[in-house]
Amino acid sequence: MNFTLKIWRQKDAKSKGAFETYKVTDISADTSFLEMLDILNNNLVHEGKEPVAFDHDCREGICGMCSLHINGLAHGPGQAATTCQIYMRKFKDGDTITIEPWRSAAFPVIKDLVVNRGAYDQILQAGGYVSVRTNSVPDANAIPISKIDADESMDAAACIGCGACAATCKNGSAMLFVAARVSSLAKLPQGRVEGARRAKAMVAKMDELGFGNCTNTGACQAECPKGISIAHIARLNREFLAAKIQD
Amino acid sequence: MNCFLYNSSVGKKLVMSISGCALVLFIIFHMSMNITAIFSAEAYNMICELLGANWYALVATLGLAALVVVHIGYALLLTWNNYRARGTQRYAVTAKEPGVTWASKNMLVLGFIVLVGLLLHLSHFWAKMQLVELLGGHESMVGGQLIAATDGAALIQYTFSKWYNVVLYLVWFVALWFHLTHGVWSMFQTAGFANDTWYPRLKCIANIIATLIFLGFAVVVVVFFAKAQCGCF
Repeated sequence: MNFTLKIWRQKDAKSKGAFETYKVTDISADTSFLEMLDILNNNLVHEGKEPVAFDHDCREGICGMCSLHINGLAHGPGQAATTCQIYMRKFKDGDTITIEPWRSAAFPVIKDLVVNRGAYDQILQAGGYVSVRTNSVPDANAIPISKIDADESMDAAACIGCGACAATCKNGSAMLFVAARVSSLAKLPQGRVEGARRAKAMVAKMDELGFGNCTNTGACQAECPKGISIAHIARLNREFLAAKIQD
Repeated sequence: MNCFLYNSSVGKKLVMSISGCALVLFIIFHMSMNITAIFSAEAYNMICELLGANWYALVATLGLAALVVVHIGYALLLTWNNYRARGTQRYAVTAKEPGVTWASKNMLVLGFIVLVGLLLHLSHFWAKMQLVELLGGHESMVGGQLIAATDGAALIQYTFSKWYNVVLYLVWFVALWFHLTHGVWSMFQTAGFANDTWYPRLKCIANIIATLIFLGFAVVVVVFFAKAQCGCF
């Protein structure tokens, strides 16, 4: 398969970026999207040009490092998949593919397609944890947890913090990310204890970092590679409002 | 101001949700009142008299105006925050995300159309009814004839005898329909009363409420236009 790639190139955070067009040829349909970019970079290196910088790590959809806005969609075509799980068979031979970095004021571009997602780390540091001793592993059945609660918590905990939610949201809102973290802990007895403090602290940090306000479009849910539901946003709203009213 | 209703994103959205809910309830009341005009001009005028320049009607009017100002003010504030959050560099290519409605992404534009329609409506009715009474008058000149400030039925007859008013009001109602299809279920989500089981139900309820409101308002406009065409008042 042959493709024309329109890729955002930007030397560094302060430089002005622009799209550059590249051709890749003889790509197997079973090549992953990131492998296709590896092939492009290999060609660029052979030509003595600067390779395209893009984030990647595990390449099996669990680390949350890969990003990319491909043809107008976060993580490209196909639902509930990260960019590294997208294969070139999703595209048609001869397609022009536009690749952009996440666009959000809270995710400034570092270089080419790489953005700084440190804002998510700061939100986590504000309250996305449980203040209990972390040495020995507790007995699995020491505290009974209902299957429903455990499942909901695990569904929320599937969030890999890739940033697709804020990058997709027309408001640049990080609510799905914050909601997933708040919800995954709030549904468990260990996390429930600090639920009110956590919700307030994480929302406050999210607002402070300049993320936008959720208007319930559901775009985050549609583009989340882990299919996290906006029902967790409703829970975050409940947690936050109940905590504020109790203050 | 150190209040979560002003300085937190979730609090600001709650204000939108509660003010929106109150406005929806008012709209339902207004629609029910309007439908009376189809069946009885006297009954409708009795309601108009009840809601003239009385102290309770004025308090309610001021309350409504405050709700509208708060809803619009917060909408502008939230939109400005969101505009800044998106950053200066926008996507060159965008695509429609599956399951995302057009209305949900255009609430401000729809709200603006609703506001313009509201101003037009106020100039057609409120300015010739409650405002006239507030200024000490009892009637106003409409279409070359004097109409009493409490004769709402005559005002409806005159306003919707004009085809351009019918078109403008129907466009207004369509914008309101779109606005409510997202707004009604969204206010439950913002207040935290939603989950995966209830999303289909809430969206269905929102569509039903929006459609009933659209039909309730539109039927009055269409019936009075039809009556004007056949001259059967």
